[in-house]
Amino acid sequence: MKLWKTILATAVLSFAAATSAFAARTDLVIGIPLEPPHLDPTAGAAAAIDEVLYANVFEGLTRIGPNGEVLPDLAESWTISDDGKTYTFKLHTGVKFHDGSDFGADDVKFSLDRARADNSVNAQKGLFAQIDKVDVVDPATVKVTLKNPQGSFLYNMGWGDAVMVSPKSADANKEKPIGTGPFKFQNWAKGSSITLVKSDNYWGASVALDKVEFRIVPDAAAAVPALLSGDIQAFPFFDPDSVSQVKDDPRFKVVIGSTEGETILSINNKKPPFDKLQVRQAISYALDRKAIIDGASAGLGVPIGSHMSPANKDYVDLTGLYPHNVDKAKELLKEAGLENGFKATLKLPPPSYARLGGEIIASELRDVGIDLEIVPVEWAQWLDQVFTKKDYDLTIVSHTEPNDIDIYSRKDYYFNYANPAFNAIIDKLNLTSDEAKRKELLGEAQKILADDAVVGFLYELPKVGVWDAKLQGLWENAPIQANDLTKVKWTD
Amino acid sequence: MTLRADLPEETLAGVLAKAFGNRSFLIGFVITLLVAAIALLSFVWTPHDVTKLVIADKTQAPSPAHWFGTDHFGRDILSMIMVGARNSIAVALVAVGIGMGIGVPLGAFAAARGGIADEALMRVNDLVFAFPALLSAIMITAIFGPGAVNAIIAIGIFNIPVFARVARAGALAIWPREFILAARAAGKGMTEITVEHILPNIATLLLVQGTIQFALGILAEAGLSYVGLGAQPPMPSWGRMLFDAQTRMVTAPWMAIFPGMAIVITVLGLNLLGDGIADILDPKSRRQR
Amino acid sequence: MTYLLKRLIIAAVTLVLASMVVFAVMEILPGDPARLMLGFNASTDQVELLRNQMGLNAPLVLRYLHWAGGLLSLDFGRSYTYSVPVIDLVRERVVVSLPLALIALALSTAIAIPVGLFSASRQGRAGDTLAMGAAQLGVAVPNFWFALMLIYLFAVWLRLVPAGGFPGWSAGIWPAVKSLLLPAVALALPQAAILARVARSALIEVLNEDYIRTARAKGLPYRAVLWRHALRNAMIPVLTILGLQFAFLLAGTIIIENVFYLPGLGRLVFQAITQRDLIVVESVVMLLVAAVIAVNLLVDFSYAVVDPRLRGRQ
Repeated sequence: MKLWKTILATAVLSFAAATSAFAARTDLVIGIPLEPPHLDPTAGAAAAIDEVLYANVFEGLTRIGPNGEVLPDLAESWTISDDGKTYTFKLHTGVKFHDGSDFGADDVKFSLDRARADNSVNAQKGLFAQIDKVDVVDPATVKVTLKNPQGSFLYNMGWGDAVMVSPKSADANKEKPIGTGPFKFQNWAKGSSITLVKSDNYWGASVALDKVEFRIVPDAAAAVPALLSGDIQAFPFFDPDSVSQVKDDPRFKVVIGSTEGETILSINNKKPPFDKLQVRQAISYALDRKAIIDGASAGLGVPIGSHMSPANKDYVDLTGLYPHNVDKAKELLKEAGLENGFKATLKLPPPSYARLGGEIIASELRDVGIDLEIVPVEWAQWLDQVFTKKDYDLTIVSHTEPNDIDIYSRKDYYFNYANPAFNAIIDKLNLTSDEAKRKELLGEAQKILADDAVVGFLYELPKVGVWDAKLQGLWENAPIQANDLTKVKWTD
Repeated sequence: MTLRADLPEETLAGVLAKAFGNRSFLIGFVITLLVAAIALLSFVWTPHDVTKLVIADKTQAPSPAHWFGTDHFGRDILSMIMVGARNSIAVALVAVGIGMGIGVPLGAFAAARGGIADEALMRVNDLVFAFPALLSAIMITAIFGPGAVNAIIAIGIFNIPVFARVARAGALAIWPREFILAARAAGKGMTEITVEHILPNIATLLLVQGTIQFALGILAEAGLSYVGLGAQPPMPSWGRMLFDAQTRMVTAPWMAIFPGMAIVITVLGLNLLGDGIADILDPKSRRQR
Repeated sequence: MTYLLKRLIIAAVTLVLASMVVFAVMEILPGDPARLMLGFNASTDQVELLRNQMGLNAPLVLRYLHWAGGLLSLDFGRSYTYSVPVIDLVRERVVVSLPLALIALALSTAIAIPVGLFSASRQGRAGDTLAMGAAQLGVAVPNFWFALMLIYLFAVWLRLVPAGGFPGWSAGIWPAVKSLLLPAVALALPQAAILARVARSALIEVLNEDYIRTARAKGLPYRAVLWRHALRNAMIPVLTILGLQFAFLLAGTIIIENVFYLPGLGRLVFQAITQRDLIVVESVVMLLVAAVIAVNLLVDFSYAVVDPRLRGRQ
């Protein structure tokens, strides 16, 4: 068998050698899990749009770097007035859009005015809310006046939603994006892939790659063989469950980072018997977070005890509040008058953390007498039944928005949780700017959620990137959802 | 049609002797019996508990403790295959039952009545056959939600026209026969003749078609479960086991190999059995497959 | 002519009934496409506004007529998720699914006919038993499981072909065909097994006919008889099965297209169902149904060509 394989492999290798030169590669195929609905980052919230186009095709005045820092981009420099309300941007000269037209101050004014207009379809209009007016000083200088000073303004201008577009092509960007970046759009085979090629008239440092294909691979089952066979050389957002398949393979590099995704077992707090505190606490005691993380996310991911990322500076460690304790859980159920257990449903959306985690949780809850029926749902049904109509008992979902603890104070949010004490803290928090005071309030908020066992807090979802070990320059962390390819190159 | 109502020379012993002289039948019969026995055994005994997850034991290679290895939750694959057999058999069997229970009376009625009734039945048949079966099954489960019961319904619906067609064709061939004419002359009604004479005479045809649909049902259930629309955990199902296996082919190929073999062997057994029955009772029949 | 006319009318009626069924099914499919498009945090007003824009609030019958009328003039509407005409999506996908079905069909024929010939000419001998045993095995293998095994053998281990995906025809004929090879093999195997069995029994049937015996008696070599007479006459049942298989292959590739993430029609419709892109589901399902009906009609017509008696009969 071994000999046979060697012979075949030799034949294949010699064939490959005949067809390709030995120079460093200049092409790259990247796997992305979701297809963007269109290709205009200024007209949609879908992360998949930025994952393809940000920094590659479109550029802004500033940009976000690999570690979340603000870097100059189309603006080579800027000055800020003493009152912090006027930003004067000096633009790079000689910049051209991919259609050959020149980029200048007029385009900056157009882009910003378009984004903040009343009829704008920009998904992040809040980024531009403080802009009072945009003035063209000369073709290479733009002055932006703010209504109030805003510390995050330069960061905001680095978002994908704030990239520069040309008046000539802006309306067609959804299908045929035209930007100023080092790569230009070539082709979108719907349902399959999006191809970018190196732009010849790029103003900045030349990129190493000639051609980049973003291939849409929604299933982890397809991602693994695609990576192993070399068809796809990088998956910046890889399914954690599949990491075991590649981590011992020297051909690949596995990079683990963190996300802002609090993965929780959401509980419908109004629906009996989950309206009883003892029942919710019993569930928390019944959960074995280590087993869940091992079984659903390949042992990656940090346990949480409340709704806050462990990486957050205001994080309070509450994971010790409900240690895994089957007897304690049974005792609490008995107190609640449910010593014979009860039946409930667990609705699971498609991601593997939910489907795999759900099976484990169902088994763990069965040990304390709660019999769960697993109901897998598509996102469409999940949004409809769980999120909108609140027709559910339990569900598992990762809340990926940063700093979103306030969702527990929202009226009619799908947890059906209403605690005036918690709401008062959030109200106070919104009016507080003092850092120390905020930290204290956020700590209290986390404590209340944990005490109330509002939901089953599981773990922080890991960000897993896997790519060819010979590939350099891909982002290891993900401060924003993007695949910046400007520094990516092959080494030998 | 060479099947006859009156086969005086064919004794039961004769048929049995023929049956066990037929290789297809023998192999198919043994395999089917074995699968059924394993499924029954799983009700009272499995090597390990399939509802118990032991994450610490996940994806262990085959060993004396776990003959077929363990899955990603540390469950024993052999035990899961045993319990999964129950699910596959139940789904396919009930789906065949639905198909026969509704399809055969429809087909027999259409053949007996002819005319508008016959025409209407055939048109509805055309309609159902015009929809690619798997696509329709996916749509049915999209409406009612995934699960073993809905998988049974989705597969069962597509068995109805198959049995209706077979029953109708079989019955149409019997109606002009002399013994039927004699029965009519004796004043027997349409229903009476159908029950007393037609159905016994098309029983073998239906049996053969039944084993074919049974086998197809097992494949269909595996396909539906594989795309996540069949039986739901914690109930083990062969198709779901393959779904879980596909992301772990590198580190745990046994997770895919054994359930796949279980499907192949079961379907093979049923097909051989069907072939064998057809051969024994009707050596010249051309099986349409 | 009445036979053909009748088949034609029946096909048309089936098509109309099918369109009603498809439309009705889409009506009861749970999940609001407008809500899905707008996402988590959209307000009820926004959703209502979009529903109006999408025409989802019009009366049922009007919407059906509008949709069915559009189909007749080949206007399939616009996809909710991609906001491009459905016909464009279909055009992009057909160039994957159709070649895939054709390659699979060619493969299955290329395997099945020789095997059928081989088996028929050695009826009852060891070779026949072996070949038909293999065919039995082929019928029993679930194609997605077979696909999985093929991927790990030929793409991951031997790295001869891609593990999935489709580079597009613009990448060149060979790369495109190469990426369709494994899925085609996975699809073709069970079909070939079925076809081989049909071919064998059809051939045996023909070989027992009088004129074949006559030809043999005249001293024609066995091989010549087999090729010149038997095969040609056995083609009719084989072609019938082939026609049915083609319809099946065009529509029944959903699972295989998912395993290999090929952007074909099956995958399009599967994705559209999960994303509640109802207009795409409706149109593509109708298209597939129409294809099945058309192929069945062709088979009916070919019967008439073969058997002239049918033409006059009712």
